Amino acid sequence: MLFQKWILSLGRYMQLLGRTFRKPENFRMYYRAFMSDLELLGLNSLGIVSVISIFVGAVVTIQTAFNLDDPLVPDYYIAIATRESIILEFSPTIISLILAGKVGSNIASTLGSMRVSEQIDALEVMGVNPASYLIAPKILALVFFNPILIMLSMFLGMIGGYLASLGGVMSVEDFAYGLTVDFNAYHVSYAIMKTFVFAFLIVSISGYFGFYVKGGAIEVGVNATKAVVSSSVAIIVSNYILTQLLLV
Amino acid sequence: MIAVKQIHKSFGEHQVLKGIDATFYHGKTNLIIGQSGSGKTVFLKSLVGLHEIDQGEIEYNGQALGSLNTKERKSLRTEMGMVFQGNALFDSLTIEENVTFALSMFSGMSVSEKRDRAQFCLERVNLPNVGSKFPSELSGGMQKRVAIARAISMNPKYLFCDEPNSGLDPKTAIVIDKLLQEITEEFGMTTVINTHDMNSVIEIGDHIIFIKEGKKAWQGTGEDILDTESPEIVDFVYSSELFKRIRRNKA
Ligand SMILES: Nc1ncnc2c1ncn2[C@@H]1O[C@H](COP(=O)(O)OP(=O)(O)OP(=O)(O)O)[C@@H](O)[C@H]1O
Ligand SMILES: [Mg+2]
Repeated sequence: MLFQKWILSLGRYMQLLGRTFRKPENFRMYYRAFMSDLELLGLNSLGIVSVISIFVGAVVTIQTAFNLDDPLVPDYYIAIATRESIILEFSPTIISLILAGKVGSNIASTLGSMRVSEQIDALEVMGVNPASYLIAPKILALVFFNPILIMLSMFLGMIGGYLASLGGVMSVEDFAYGLTVDFNAYHVSYAIMKTFVFAFLIVSISGYFGFYVKGGAIEVGVNATKAVVSSSVAIIVSNYILTQLLLV
Repeated sequence: MIAVKQIHKSFGEHQVLKGIDATFYHGKTNLIIGQSGSGKTVFLKSLVGLHEIDQGEIEYNGQALGSLNTKERKSLRTEMGMVFQGNALFDSLTIEENVTFALSMFSGMSVSEKRDRAQFCLERVNLPNVGSKFPSELSGGMQKRVAIARAISMNPKYLFCDEPNSGLDPKTAIVIDKLLQEITEEFGMTTVINTHDMNSVIEIGDHIIFIKEGKKAWQGTGEDILDTESPEIVDFVYSSELFKRIRRNKA
């Protein structure tokens, strides 16, 4: 029964995606929507991503230093470990999870209120494809901007580690040296590939939950929560699959 | 012309429309009347395809709505204007952007042409000088009039209004009624209006359909309706004290 419901939802989700990627009625209007979504979903997330990245970078450094407190292991290993955990996992996955909360609930509740106030019906009657007009620019905006956010997060995470080393957990020279040793650029590419997928999942899943709200204010809230939970789960599961495929 | 043939629509077990036939001619103001909950909104939304009907056929100039592909349906819809019962204005856009939305999407007009058009439509509904406001800054009746301005911005061939003058004072209600009737005649539109305002029924009803319990219980014109002896209509029309008095005076 539950499985049946799940399959049905998956079918409806795919159908919505099919409706989303259609030829726009008017490129300029879609471009305008894209630009405003870029601001809403991307630029407006810069603050939270920066703060979290700096602090988590610092904490990861301190914890790693604490755990590698062994005279046989050189101190610059701490920086290597920090760098790798930030690039491989923290920035792409954890930041995307945070964005799933911030951006996902925003998208689901916006579309949900448009649905219950019949604004989506109004678009439909005008001859506009509401799925495409409301969701496609958001997908493009986040798929375009998420990698930028993630790279910024990687950079700031390491700055956070550097600040922690300034605070005295280890020598600043060792930290700076460790950041560059054994650097594998493929790890960054792997992370960026993940973020494309995560951005797509966040917007399309939240869009789905918002687009099909039935009822009123309560249902909008319920679906916004479902959007965050489902896109987080989708990120975690696809993270595993992508890691299998790309790293092993 | 819109031809409606035996349409049925249920929500789960609840049958709302139980086989309605109707023909709406162009240049005519067609009214759907009926009690609250009788299915007027469901009927109107079925006409434009927002509700998939379970049975029956809806034809626009002989073309069955159900047989159109996505592209044909979209192009038919650019010829439709609709006023929703709850207005359904785009709340993140200004009044002017609301009114010009379809023009921006489909017309290729310049910014100043669109502005002029918005000005013109807003003036027709007696709402000059609100273009830069947001829907939430207007009163309910003003929002309703913006919704009407938005619906007529593209000079639609088919105009659907769900209770266009509910929430308006009697004077503004008459202005809106007259406007709808005027543009319907002027542009040869096919207009379908849901209402329970008896004043509109008498003033502008070229063709009236009375829906009761999911069926068409009566049809006729605004003049017929005061004289008919059909018990359902008498019961519906003469429920207010004012109309009871009119009836007594006539007798
Ligand atoms: N989406 C829906 N799902 C389930 N039932 C619905 C839905 N929309 C309408 N109904 C039911 O259909 C019936 C007719 O509703 P409708 O909104 O068409 O009434 P109406 O004639 O427009 O009333 P009013 O004059 O109050 O606007 C009602 O009993 C309502 O409960
Ligand atoms: Mg209604």
